[in-house]
Amino acid sequence: MNVGIRRLFVLVLGLFFLLMAGTVRWTVIEADDLNDNPLNAREQLKTERVPRGTIRAADGTVLARSVKRSDGTYVRRYTEAAQQASQLIGYAYTNGGLAGMERAHNDDLTGKVRSAATLLSALRGSNERGNDITSTLVPAVQRAGLQGLAGRRGAAVAIDTRTGGVLAMVSFPNYDPNEMGTAAGRKKLLGDTENSPLLNRATAGLYPPGSTFKTVTTAAALATGKYTPDTIVDGSSPMVVQTKELRNFGGENPGKVTLTTALTNSVNTAFARIAEDIGPEPLAEQMERFGFGKKPAFDYPSRQILASGEFNTSLSKMIPVDGNVDVARVAIGQERLRVSPLQMGLVAATIARGGDKPRLSTVARVTDKDGRTLSSLGNGRSAGRAMSERDADELAAMMENVVKEGTGTAAALAGLRVAGKTGSAEIIIDQNITQPWFIGFAPADSPRVAVAVTIERTVGGTGGVTAAPIAKAMMEAAL
Amino acid sequence: MIFRRIRDLALLLPASLLVAIGFASVFANDGGQLSDLSLLYGAGFLGLCIVAHTIATVALPDADPYLLPLIAVLACFGLVELYRIDEDLARQQGTWFIIGIVAFTATIYLLKKDYRVLKEYRNLLALAGVILLLAPRLPGISNPENGAYLSVAIGPLAFQPTEVAKLCLVLYLASYLADNRQLLVQEARGPFGIFPPLKYLLPLLAVWGATMMMLFFIQDIGSAIMYFGVGLAMLYLATGRLLYPIAGLSLFAVGARMLYELRPTIQNRVDAWQDPFDPDTYERVGGSFQLAQSLFSQADGGFLGQGLGGSILQLSEKTADGQLNLILPAAKNDFIYALITNEVGLIGAVGLLLVYLLIVWRGFKVALVAHDSFSKLLAAGLATVFALQVFVIVGGVTKVIPLTGVTLPFVSAGGSSIVANFVLLALLLLVSDRARRDTREDLERAKSQQNAWGPGAEAWR
Repeated sequence: MNVGIRRLFVLVLGLFFLLMAGTVRWTVIEADDLNDNPLNAREQLKTERVPRGTIRAADGTVLARSVKRSDGTYVRRYTEAAQQASQLIGYAYTNGGLAGMERAHNDDLTGKVRSAATLLSALRGSNERGNDITSTLVPAVQRAGLQGLAGRRGAAVAIDTRTGGVLAMVSFPNYDPNEMGTAAGRKKLLGDTENSPLLNRATAGLYPPGSTFKTVTTAAALATGKYTPDTIVDGSSPMVVQTKELRNFGGENPGKVTLTTALTNSVNTAFARIAEDIGPEPLAEQMERFGFGKKPAFDYPSRQILASGEFNTSLSKMIPVDGNVDVARVAIGQERLRVSPLQMGLVAATIARGGDKPRLSTVARVTDKDGRTLSSLGNGRSAGRAMSERDADELAAMMENVVKEGTGTAAALAGLRVAGKTGSAEIIIDQNITQPWFIGFAPADSPRVAVAVTIERTVGGTGGVTAAPIAKAMMEAAL
Repeated sequence: MIFRRIRDLALLLPASLLVAIGFASVFANDGGQLSDLSLLYGAGFLGLCIVAHTIATVALPDADPYLLPLIAVLACFGLVELYRIDEDLARQQGTWFIIGIVAFTATIYLLKKDYRVLKEYRNLLALAGVILLLAPRLPGISNPENGAYLSVAIGPLAFQPTEVAKLCLVLYLASYLADNRQLLVQEARGPFGIFPPLKYLLPLLAVWGATMMMLFFIQDIGSAIMYFGVGLAMLYLATGRLLYPIAGLSLFAVGARMLYELRPTIQNRVDAWQDPFDPDTYERVGGSFQLAQSLFSQADGGFLGQGLGGSILQLSEKTADGQLNLILPAAKNDFIYALITNEVGLIGAVGLLLVYLLIVWRGFKVALVAHDSFSKLLAAGLATVFALQVFVIVGGVTKVIPLTGVTLPFVSAGGSSIVANFVLLALLLLVSDRARRDTREDLERAKSQQNAWGPGAEAWR
């Protein structure tokens, strides 16, 4: 009988193996699908049951915290500092959904991310409270950007060039995230197609970059080895490109100038000729290295970011920069180029870092409820090299000249060296509607902050007059 | 001897730690809504485990020392989870535990001299089993729930007779098969020499068939699978013929198919099992809502779990008619495994299954060392029925098989389950004690004989 007993035990072993396999299937293999199943209310409920971690600004200002309601559930409250950075912080409500940092760092904020440090608390019951986040946001810089826009639609970003941390991300019109917690507020915000306050114009607003794109063209020219800052280029105006006349701003005709002077005074024809000389390929490659064509490496919800690049006429699809596009007009940031302020800020930060493209981050530090640091940004991380260090230094020096004696003097800071580039993209030429831009960084000799600023549809605004002062105020607040 | 006593008590350490950590973490997670006094339940419960353990070690010194500490781990785990659902449930469970220990002690002392007297009462046991199964249909004490007649209500006490009847069945089968196994094999006739004369099979088939009919009649499919499985297993052990279980399983398949056609409740169960996330099945009354929620809560648990007290059992808003809006229904009994997985994750759930497996292994070990057929069949039958009960409920909750409700032994809330399983444990320990004592005495006898002829013999010569 003992043989039978042993066999029977083997059968029982098999049955228990099935039970374990079944458990593995639901807890590990198909867990993500089940958590996303629309019939499953748990993920939503967790936003109520668990006090989410507090989000603070870099200076300690509270941006978002959870408060307990009378029925024991928790609800999110956002402070005024968070409202000023509403698109960056986002919101978290059971019925309103998740956006911004609240979405990107939901696992941290609900305490779901586990590491060895939290293993013990996981065994004890991990979700007493989510982890706290200290963001890289500096309210003073954010305020400077918002005040600079002064009620005009537009966007601005400021990036810590040493870490890739986002110091400010302004998008106007903004909104009060607390309103997403009420049905009436949601209806109002989601229904406002006129102002689209929920849209983050810094990450998902796509605008023609205008002359700020000449930094990319210059980088491409330097990378070919055929050009140096002192190379003489032909800036005579007008010229005919693809049967249409191309002129310099104000019809100026400086003739033969150095590349540095061409950038300093933003000579359109010089850059159009450079692009025709080097051809589309080096330009396309340089764009790719700067991160055009892809969403930047950034801890922000992917669905709230749009990639920058050259688009087809209906702006519905991205197309490559090749022989089929007017490369001369791409070179000066016109044609069908559409870029986000974030991408241009990334270009500025990359040049400031000697050609090393940073990985962008909104989080400086994650701490658990006992104050232990679970992760921190530290020195940040690289997202790849976009330029050689020599080319980047040369380009930085040329951009310094723009602020010193060229179109960008309004961005100059007393006692500090500032590098920058202005842009004034033409939107509707007949009505003189433009998109002013400024990108830059400071101090030029050892950069700490890079900025990109743009304003939507101004009448006759230029980068140097309209955008540069905002960039100046933001850099001043950051330094 | 002292060393053994200390070791025996030390075996209760895992259960003690579990209670201490479990209660502390549930208490901490609850944010002080539970009273401090309730922490005493944990200590009291542990005291009960020590009492049961002492009784067992004193009365049955040779019995397997690991069985009771392993059961204590299960019981303590169950208590922590019940405490986490509702303070009152833990208190009730504690009370049932006391009754269970009384039944355990009574079984041991009644049968301490020789449990094999049970063999003589097999017809009485069979009758008792059938009556027990019939009881839920008797007017006056009938207590139907969701269309199934699972329990009887005597005053305030609800009692599930199937739990006790399973012991009657195993005892009957062990007794009958031990007496007739030779005949079943030797006198087999028929085309392949596999069919024993009907007269030897008839009593077996009658009791067994009656049991099955009764079960289908009271619609407790989970218990039916358990009974059927243990019957086949014991028939196989007694005869060594694989054809019995194969034929039995074929019959089962035909029966299941017929039942599927006849009973809409069973159709619902199978539909729910096949696609629990189908919106129609999900919304249907008696559909897959429970199973789907069970799977969701397991997914929520993931690898490490949400921590004791960390799972979500109900929505904060009540239903329109003021009831609790449960999203993990029947967490205290049928779905307690889902709750456990939710709270202690895959790691904890597999740990729990391993404890069950260890108990079953010790049970089979008892069967292996037992000296006579009855004891072997009894121990193996008890271990099998215990294993099958775990398989039926955990398999149902994890969608390995269609869901049918039975209790998770020693963990689910449910008085009759605890009492019956304590008696099951007592029987296993009785068999174990006898078998190991016989083995020890044989060895000692051999040793003393060796001594008589050993060194002394040298001198004598």
